[in-house]
Amino acid sequence: MAQMTMIQAITDAMRTELKNDENVLVFGEDVGQNGGVFRATEGLQKEFGEDRVFDTPLAESGIGGMSIGLALTGFRPVPEIQFFGFVYEVMDAISGQMARYRYRSGGTRPMPITVRSPFGGGVHTPELHADSLEGLMAQQPGLRVVIPSNPYDAKGLLISSIRNNDPVIFLEHMKLYRSFREEVPEEEYTVDLDKAAVKREGTDVTLVAYGAMVHSSLKAAEELEKDGISAEVIDLRTVSPVDYETILESVKKTNRAVVVQEAQKQAGIAASVVSEIQEKAILHLEAPVLRVAAPDTVYAFTQAEEVWLPNHNTIVEKVNDVMNF
Amino acid sequence: MTLKRTLENIENQFETFQILNEEGEIVNEDFMPDLSDEDLKEIMRRMVYTRILDQRSIALNRQGRLGFYAPTAGQEASQLGSQFALEKADFILPGYRDVPQLIWHGLPLYQAFLFSRGHYKGNQMPEGVNAVSPQIIIGAQITQTAGVGLGYKKRGENAVAITYTGDGGASQGDFYEGINFAGAFGAQAIFVVQNNRFAISVPVEKQSAAQTIAQKAVAAGIEGIQVDGMDVLAVYAATKDARERAVNGEGPTLIETLTYRYGPHTMAGDDPTRYRTEDEDNEWEKKDPIVRFRKFLEAKGLWSEEEENELIEKTKEEIKAAVKEADNTPKQSVTDLIGIMHEELPSNLKEQLEEYKEKESK
Repeated sequence: MAQMTMIQAITDAMRTELKNDENVLVFGEDVGQNGGVFRATEGLQKEFGEDRVFDTPLAESGIGGMSIGLALTGFRPVPEIQFFGFVYEVMDAISGQMARYRYRSGGTRPMPITVRSPFGGGVHTPELHADSLEGLMAQQPGLRVVIPSNPYDAKGLLISSIRNNDPVIFLEHMKLYRSFREEVPEEEYTVDLDKAAVKREGTDVTLVAYGAMVHSSLKAAEELEKDGISAEVIDLRTVSPVDYETILESVKKTNRAVVVQEAQKQAGIAASVVSEIQEKAILHLEAPVLRVAAPDTVYAFTQAEEVWLPNHNTIVEKVNDVMNF
Repeated sequence: MTLKRTLENIENQFETFQILNEEGEIVNEDFMPDLSDEDLKEIMRRMVYTRILDQRSIALNRQGRLGFYAPTAGQEASQLGSQFALEKADFILPGYRDVPQLIWHGLPLYQAFLFSRGHYKGNQMPEGVNAVSPQIIIGAQITQTAGVGLGYKKRGENAVAITYTGDGGASQGDFYEGINFAGAFGAQAIFVVQNNRFAISVPVEKQSAAQTIAQKAVAAGIEGIQVDGMDVLAVYAATKDARERAVNGEGPTLIETLTYRYGPHTMAGDDPTRYRTEDEDNEWEKKDPIVRFRKFLEAKGLWSEEEENELIEKTKEEIKAAVKEADNTPKQSVTDLIGIMHEELPSNLKEQLEEYKEKESK
């Protein structure tokens, strides 16, 4: 076992799959020679050659369309969109094309593509770098959307994503890239897609989160414990489709829930989770299910970023609201 | 002193390539392709078949028996001349008007009708037919073609990717990204722009200040050629040449074919009299690809009126049989859709599948 940051675990996952399957190709802007702007592909071109790990022209739609063409010839592309705020440039290739190719070909043309991309707030990027756009992706049927919260899951989930025969949008929270290390096996392993993880057991309230908000939720849970409130924390890991089974099982036990997302409040993953809880477990609830989310504006410029983003304090407040309902 | 001007006379580099003139005479003997008499007759048969298919499709659409249809008459030389230059291994990424190329590449006719009728089986290429169903988003197929062409290069395949769009498609960002990616990667790809003068109603002059679409290749560093798109021999020769260069590692090609669609954009209410004149229509009908090729074949003693009439009757019979087969195909269900969207059904759809199974069993 080695101590790895999340970015190292991600590199390790790509290395594993480049080794395992000669059809895996890794490419994008600055991905080859430079090893990626975050060094996610560090050393991969050197190890596997320019034929398999390569730089592309600076054009996201072209990267998306080319990925589809490569998939049509039997490859398993792992393209990088340099920052997920750039996804608008490639929306047609993702939502209009790869998400529906299997269907539009009568089930004959699978799209085993894993689109990797950094996103997430709190790291003082310029505009259109940090936005949480997973809701936009989750709205598109045919896409699976995966967001790891730690190095171990990142490696296992990325390997599972690359092996999956349908398109996966794999979103990597920038704040988590190097914020901590943990034990990650050097050998290959997978973490199941579409399965949430219970990160902390509790009995009074369920916190549902994903990405960086898992850590804010865990921090909130620690604080709540001091006040005698026992919070269970669920990490969704895959946000489309959502593992409602795990959530419902927890809510039926705790009878209260707060759903946390870094994205804006309207629409989005948290709204879906709340709906599903009230559809399936309303008689188990002691209080309304509340959401912690950012305000319904575009992502804040850096000076307002810290206040704009939800954090453990806003989570504690909402939990107190449901406890005192 | 003025700075050097680059645009002047650039279109002279893209003179229209022609082999067969409107009178059916060979005007460019040097480039006459090496086609047997049987090949020449086969090209004629395919053009006549496709013209009849277009007429029948329009009639079926008007009777409410077809669904979505984009007329093809006028564009037979561009569509079939290029397809005839392909090998079975080549991969077609068509636009929505390019159903004829799919049919001649191996899509059974009844499936082409199912495509029009909105049945997923119309999009399902038979095993070994290297093609995808017609693209609806203008230009999306162009970046994908760069990918297929790169895939073939990586695999060392003796094959190319070929895509089709119209003059309007050459205005899309994906057009520029696609040809640029193909150039940068040396993709084994051919990009055919069928310039039929109108993107629905907007004339090509309003699409771009560029005098030709072919010259757009220059910016991507790839070969470009403008071809008389009503001359099936010129389209064939240009495509054959592009194919050879692509598989020999000499890079992709942009082919602009100058053509005309006689009919409306689609059968969904477009009225060409709002944006074209009768004079313009008549002018282009004089260039008709079938008329000139018929003259050429008749002069060689390879074609007769009886032969053509026989072919027309046979084609009508084939169309009738294909319509019947399409009629006999069970309607697509929502459960079919749910079942083929993913390799493994996601949890949310499991529940919805049960719901629709129940609904559809009633």
